[in-house]
Amino acid sequence: MVRNEWVCPEYVVSRQDEILAAIGEHIWITVASMVVGTLLAFAVALAVRRLRRIENPVLGASTVLYTIPSLALFSLLLPIFGLSSTTVSVGLVLYSLTILVRGMLTGLDGVPADVHEAAVGMGYGGVRLFCQVELPLALPTIFAALRVAAVSTVALTTVGVIVGHGGLGNLIFQGLRSNFRPEVLTASVLCVVLALVADLVLLGFQRIATPWRRSVA
Amino acid sequence: MDVLVDAFAWLTDPENWQGPDGAATRLIEHLQLTVTSVVIACVIAIPIALWLGHIGKGGTLAINVSNIGRAVPTFAVLVLLFLTPLGLSVWSTIIALVLFAIPPILTNTYVGMREVDRDVVDAARGMGMGGSQLMRKVELPLAVPLLMNGVRLAAVQVVATATIAALVAGGGLGRIITNGFGRQDLPQIVAGAILVAALALVVEALMEWLQRRLDPMRRARRAPVRRPPDVIEAVTGS
Repeated sequence: MVRNEWVCPEYVVSRQDEILAAIGEHIWITVASMVVGTLLAFAVALAVRRLRRIENPVLGASTVLYTIPSLALFSLLLPIFGLSSTTVSVGLVLYSLTILVRGMLTGLDGVPADVHEAAVGMGYGGVRLFCQVELPLALPTIFAALRVAAVSTVALTTVGVIVGHGGLGNLIFQGLRSNFRPEVLTASVLCVVLALVADLVLLGFQRIATPWRRSVA
Repeated sequence: MDVLVDAFAWLTDPENWQGPDGAATRLIEHLQLTVTSVVIACVIAIPIALWLGHIGKGGTLAINVSNIGRAVPTFAVLVLLFLTPLGLSVWSTIIALVLFAIPPILTNTYVGMREVDRDVVDAARGMGMGGSQLMRKVELPLAVPLLMNGVRLAAVQVVATATIAALVAGGGLGRIITNGFGRQDLPQIVAGAILVAALALVVEALMEWLQRRLDPMRRARRAPVRRPPDVIEAVTGS
């Protein structure tokens, strides 16, 4: 009865609830990390634009964080947040900050100087200049960073299994322990699918948010 | 903060460094895995990327291989390879590490080759350089900074992935962390994490240094071209 084939539809049907729960946790951890990461990165990017002095220290610190391997980062956060999904989310937020802050700064700094000048000449200033001129022009670059961050966040969530909250990573680990191939393959494929879905969802958001570029892309 | 003190005590206890299970053995295992995998990945990826970049084809493949690599969880690949007939052997870990080291090297080397100034390439051809000479003497030296950038990214990636290999079966420093979890020994977990983080940062710094050292154009880049004073005056109009 137990053949341990790689593909086993019966497993997917009989363990439906378990698989759905893992997908749910995976999505929850990813979305929570991305939302918090985006808001934080936005705040950091704005602060850096105000205070150019802090640009190098901020980017340097985030690069150092990004260099730390995920298993180590989750373990270092363990004493603070315990065996919880918060440990995983905080780690993922820290990783996404590196990609997002850089992307936001590149996008905002890439606004052509003459566009900026023209807007100021037309009476734009402060918040209105930022929201109606600078931010829209930076959106394509920001979305590119968001997509990279989302895809790697989905993949990295699996390592959260070290603290017992890895979403689909939990299934992969369980399959490893019981030497059960269909479980490992199903969870791995679902993980890649989730990453692709995240990428497509953000691409959709981007098309909605930048209607003037639709004819270009 | 007590945890940090205990972790520090763990790290300074010589007993934790000795023996087949000690931190020294784990560190050597980690370095062996990393060096072997990065070297194999270089041997595979660099020639392909140089050739693709030289003939200017396969750009979509060279760029997309990095995007695909990002979407596939390293942990999943490690476990999948472990459940193949390769199983327990070191090679299943090394294959996984090589798979994740290839994309950054391939993409960066390819982009480096393509970003060589077309005027320079035309000038070299005009001077009578043939295909292989052009690649060896003009394109490759100019592509070295990005090539080395790819190798650096790959090395850091491999150090991180080799850590995760401990979750599956492999050795390396990750083993200190997973053993710590097995024994519910928080100081050991944190000590292992500190070691892994330190190794990653050291590798990153070393590779960055190597990247600068190996750039054949580093002198040209550092020293700005000196022009005779009269030319500068003519340009600035003073």
